[in-house]
Amino acid sequence: MNFLKRTIPLAIAFIMGVMMAFQYYVPHEISQSLLKVVSRWGITIGGFAVFLGAYSLFHLHMTKIRRKLPGWGYSIFVFLGAGITIIFGLYNGGEFFWNDKQEGTMFEWMYFNVQVPAGATMFSILAFFMASAAYRTFKARTNEATILLIAAIIVMLGRVPIGTMISQYFPIVADWIMSVPNMAAKRGILIGVSIGAIATSLKIIFGIERAYLGGGD
Amino acid sequence: MIKKNRDIYIIFSIFILFFIVNIVYLSLGWLDLWGNGLGIITGAAFTLAMYSFLYKDNPVFKIAENLFVGVAMGYWIVITWFNILKPDVFETLIVPIFKDTGKAPQFTILFPTLLGIFMLLRFSKKLAWLSRWSFAFIVGLGAGITIPNFIHAFILKQLTFDSLFSTSIPVSINNFLVLLGVVSVLIYFFFSVEHKGVVGGVSVIGVWFLMIAFGASFGYTVMARMSLLIGRIQFLIRDWLGLLQ
Repeated sequence: MNFLKRTIPLAIAFIMGVMMAFQYYVPHEISQSLLKVVSRWGITIGGFAVFLGAYSLFHLHMTKIRRKLPGWGYSIFVFLGAGITIIFGLYNGGEFFWNDKQEGTMFEWMYFNVQVPAGATMFSILAFFMASAAYRTFKARTNEATILLIAAIIVMLGRVPIGTMISQYFPIVADWIMSVPNMAAKRGILIGVSIGAIATSLKIIFGIERAYLGGGD
Repeated sequence: MIKKNRDIYIIFSIFILFFIVNIVYLSLGWLDLWGNGLGIITGAAFTLAMYSFLYKDNPVFKIAENLFVGVAMGYWIVITWFNILKPDVFETLIVPIFKDTGKAPQFTILFPTLLGIFMLLRFSKKLAWLSRWSFAFIVGLGAGITIPNFIHAFILKQLTFDSLFSTSIPVSINNFLVLLGVVSVLIYFFFSVEHKGVVGGVSVIGVWFLMIAFGASFGYTVMARMSLLIGRIQFLIRDWLGLLQ
């Protein structure tokens, strides 16, 4: 049983990892179509993972409702929102889910009039919180903090008309900051992150990193 | 108790005001209910409900937040069906088995389908171990693709620098600064050598570059959020209230 539970997953990860790493260096048609097919398989498996996430969300809110935990009443709205959207989606404007997705259906209406405005507003709220956090924490106590503060102010002023009204050089300096020192530091970080990602990938392929197997035997 | 009552009055007053405004706009024909009016009213309701959090956490915000989570989940389930499961599994494997579509069923699809089903067995106590096969496939695939792509795009390409001796002096200075920035940041993150002497000096320069990058990223993110905020305010003033043309 240990063979099925541990050895086979490690072997799958090893075979897939080695095969896909070498595939990159084989400029043959078969190699290219292998990448295409296997990547599509990965997307298909990922499609099933959406149901894993859905189960997890619904289970969490169902538990809240069942145990009457504080704020359990709001969890009903999760089911309401999901239920209505799924029903409209599967109804597919009268063509039902086994036919191609139709345009201008109630499902799309839900997307454009509920999800898009609510999502955009949620993210825009962060503008207030970031401004308030910056007001409380942005203090030029050290040289490094002063550099960070100046860079942030220049980039912000360089992106709005009031910056140009103060000085025509603000947008120019903001662009220079973004394309020279910012780009240099980001490159350094990216190289470090990539070396880390490659090291982790090698650990996964050779079975040293096994966290993805989860707990238990 | 008095404060709680005050909050209820505020929320109730805003709700009544929102209702009156919409009734007035609909009756005057400024909003077309069966055209895009209902959509605009719904969008405005969600926008105002979300912004009500700026006053304090309140039931209207919580209802909108939970509805948003539910709608987003429902949306992803339906989109996954139409974009992934329907074309890849239903139409290529299941439909050709039961119906003559002129295409032979592609049994190779059984492999990712089974692995996908195995993933759902994560919730079964007895068969949860089968989900490891699916995760191993995905993780191994990702790891294998990561190695050559990261080496090519994020290491070798990022180590390509333009000439330090360009025809223009400002360009040469910029090229030198990029080289100095990358090297100093890498040295700052290199902890195998103690940051003393020359290494310490260079790593300090790296910290300055990092601070400029963090400041720039912060400023850029704030402006992106501001842009979204302007978009929402424009929606309320122009699309909903029609005060801005």
